[in-house]
Amino acid sequence: MIIRINGIEREVEDGMTLKTLLDFLKIKTHGIAVELNKEVVLKRLYAGTIIKERDVLEIIRMAGGG
Amino acid sequence: MADSFKIGTREFTSRLMVGTGKYPSNEIMKKALDASGAEIVTVAVRRVNLDRTGESMLDHIDAERYTLLPNTAACYTADEAIRTARLGREALETDLVKLEVIGDQKTLFPDNEALLEAARVLVKEGFQVMPYTNDDPVMAKKLEEAGCVAVMPLAAPIGSGLGIRNPHNIMIILESARVPVIVDAGVGTASDAAAAMELGCCGILMNTGIASAKDPVSMARAMNLAVEAGRLAYLSGRIPRKLYGAASSPLTGLIE
Repeated sequence: MIIRINGIEREVEDGMTLKTLLDFLKIKTHGIAVELNKEVVLKRLYAGTIIKERDVLEIIRMAGGG
Repeated sequence: MADSFKIGTREFTSRLMVGTGKYPSNEIMKKALDASGAEIVTVAVRRVNLDRTGESMLDHIDAERYTLLPNTAACYTADEAIRTARLGREALETDLVKLEVIGDQKTLFPDNEALLEAARVLVKEGFQVMPYTNDDPVMAKKLEEAGCVAVMPLAAPIGSGLGIRNPHNIMIILESARVPVIVDAGVGTASDAAAAMELGCCGILMNTGIASAKDPVSMARAMNLAVEAGRLAYLSGRIPRKLYGAASSPLTGLIE
């Protein structure tokens, strides 16, 4: 299925959870946050959140800033 | 603790807050943060680079030592700022946010209307909001009334290094504010920082003034000293300005 992650379309396996997607992308959950279709997903819900076709994800972490 | 202050529910002693952008290297940033004596350190919320997912700037900041303050820099609408604040809260497990809603690309002046709108939403959601605002006393009052835990008027445009452009407005804001007034943005050198503190500001937040100096670590120390000197001068009560001289040596006992 096609989803959009950080502005880029990607093809991923059907039925992935948010946790398996982050593992697949090699992103550790410490210090990150995920928005799924403009709603923040709490970390404890990653394993139970199923990604669906055309979902839009924003995965963020901290960068230098003032 | 001596001369400490509170922002929301947290207590601090260092009145210099520093950003983490624009440093020549993470190593220099680390040393500059240390030299600044800062307790509060701002960070930006940005997309993870999917090609380099192992990199994290948090590896270079001691989260035990510093209170991390996520910002909403480069947000141009209330909605973007609100979403960014929520992401920052989830990533850092903090309710503090430096709220920025920019209204103009060239000056980076805030969009105060959108700022107030975002502040009201975030306060309702339990955030401790520290808004970056114009040096406008009316807006400062509205932000305080909205429940912000501080107001952060600019000295001058972000990264301009122009120093306090309108000390009188800052003085008027200080006169009525019951939350900490922190000058945020525009400080170029140590005397700018001291001048802001001498007005009675609670603290100063800066980034470019340190990070883009020729020697950021040395400038961080200069700012640290200037903020402390300015604070002490404020507490000590400066003499009034007079037009004419007043001798400091006795006028009696002079030789003939």
